[in-house]
Amino acid sequence: MFYREAGDFKTSYIADSQTFPIKFDRYRYYVVLAVAFGVIPFIINDYWANALLLPFLIYAIAAIGLNILVGYCGQVSLGTGGFMAVGAYACYKLMTAFPDVSMFIHVLLAGGITALVGVLFGLPSLRIKGFYLAVATLAAQFFLVWLFNRVPWFYNYSASGQINSPERDVFGIIITGPNAPAWATYLFCLIFLTFSAIIARNLTRGTTGRTWMAIRDMDIAAEIIGVNPLKAKLTAFAVSSFFVGIAGALFFAVYLGAVEVGEVFGIQKSFLVLFMVIIGGLGSIFGSFAGAAFLVLLPVVLKLLGVDLLGWPTDIVAHLNLVIVGALIIIFLVLEPHGLAQLWRVAKEKLRLWPFPH
Amino acid sequence: MLDNSEGYVAEDGRKIGGVVMEMKNITLRFGGVVAIKDISFDIREGEIRAIIGPNGAGKSSMLNVISGFYVPQEGEVWFHGSKRPPMRPFEVAQQGIARTFQNIALFEGMSVLDNVMTGRLGFMKTNILQQALWKGKAEAEETENREAVEKIIDFLEIQHIRKTPVSRLPYGLKKRVELARALAAEPKLLLLDEPMAGMNVEEKEDMSRFILDVNDEFGTTIALIEHDMGVVMDLSDRVVVMDYGKKIGDGTPDEVRNNQEVIDAYLGVSHD
Repeated sequence: MFYREAGDFKTSYIADSQTFPIKFDRYRYYVVLAVAFGVIPFIINDYWANALLLPFLIYAIAAIGLNILVGYCGQVSLGTGGFMAVGAYACYKLMTAFPDVSMFIHVLLAGGITALVGVLFGLPSLRIKGFYLAVATLAAQFFLVWLFNRVPWFYNYSASGQINSPERDVFGIIITGPNAPAWATYLFCLIFLTFSAIIARNLTRGTTGRTWMAIRDMDIAAEIIGVNPLKAKLTAFAVSSFFVGIAGALFFAVYLGAVEVGEVFGIQKSFLVLFMVIIGGLGSIFGSFAGAAFLVLLPVVLKLLGVDLLGWPTDIVAHLNLVIVGALIIIFLVLEPHGLAQLWRVAKEKLRLWPFPH
Repeated sequence: MLDNSEGYVAEDGRKIGGVVMEMKNITLRFGGVVAIKDISFDIREGEIRAIIGPNGAGKSSMLNVISGFYVPQEGEVWFHGSKRPPMRPFEVAQQGIARTFQNIALFEGMSVLDNVMTGRLGFMKTNILQQALWKGKAEAEETENREAVEKIIDFLEIQHIRKTPVSRLPYGLKKRVELARALAAEPKLLLLDEPMAGMNVEEKEDMSRFILDVNDEFGTTIALIEHDMGVVMDLSDRVVVMDYGKKIGDGTPDEVRNNQEVIDAYLGVSHD
């Protein structure tokens, strides 16, 4: 086959440390990009965008963010839902306060604000670890949701307590509100996902990523060889929250359009993103994609199989979804903590020699 | 004893320079337990200094004091002619003190290359935004440091495992990777905590050769703790002997070997 690393020699350190060192991987990456940007926008319809593509793109950004914190820096966080809410509400306040500014800037600023909030709630990580840190971030989750529910300024004193995304456009193309075309919302999210993934990859393959991983693997040794734990942990919280905030802003403004904070950004959202990271693979960018795709696809596939094909009641299929996810979490945690990404790596290693493994 | 300002000439003719690090009357207590009691000694530029003693003598505590992990209750640490203010371990590392650990403290989830690159942290000057962009400064810096790291990987003969995750390596190689990580920092003072613990004769010979080569090639000042007497006596220029937290001997291997207190500490003495 053409999937060969033999003969693919590297003659410089730059070539050796690129994201896809194997030629075939690199071409496949270009093909995926070309299809995502050049083909899907032309064939997309509302059903595909709302049922699959938008949630996948947005959850993938959130999963990349959480993976940086949990998978790369080893700081457990259960506050993802709360941080997504920060992104959403920041975006809402910006959209209503500055209607003429581009949505790109609003979403980026929403990410920046979430990064600041993330750093604030990351401060306890300097003192506490593991289980106790998880509880501290859980407090962040409940506090933030409570805050957005109780302080009317955040939802502009609307009677319902909800926030509704007003119609905004980018270069004349509507991307929020009910009149936004599917292809435009899709492309808008895809651009953010692509840049998030590239930035996350650049950070994790360089110095910053190494300090994060050093803290994750052995924090005392990391400090003794010169890693400043304060800086490493807080940058991880900042970068992670930045991506999570972008995901929250997109989730509200582009995907849902209207948000009631307790329902949409509650604790179950934190767990959903955490499950994506665990099933996809801790410490892997590809794993974030795989996990997001898996958990977005699973209910859709189950519904197609169970309800449409076999004629089961809808609620049974919905509960079956939970059962399967729960079982998978246990199976992955016990058998393959590095998730789908590791399964993929192992499969590649095995297939390299197949069918003659000796 | 030796003159404080000038260096001396080692047995093999190497010139040993002035004082790099001086410990002055260090006392370290954990609650009621006195781990180190009023110990003073110095480490000179370019020498291989050994700290030996029976189990529980306080050797590792001493190394932890030097690397800033423990803060002594009394006494002063002088590094390069100035008294060291209280600082965190990572600041000590940034001053140019690198170390290895008795129980290997590598980053298990990372490749050998990444582990050694982590040792270069002090040379990384780009900020997080430049790294997020990668192209340009961050990439240039990465390449530059990769070259330095490759030299060390070459020196310690671990080229074949550079992309291997550390968790897959056998014990002896892990020890060598840990040495590589410490060397990558280009330290002014290298601390080795039992570099030969748990090794067979062949691995010990390899490690001894590397330690001598490092000292010879880079002129690195080395302070080491070791239990294998033969190795210590062969490698080191001067030896500090500790027992129950006190210093009972200090001098060249020959002087220490013939010191009655040292012999008593190691062989035991009859209490009649």
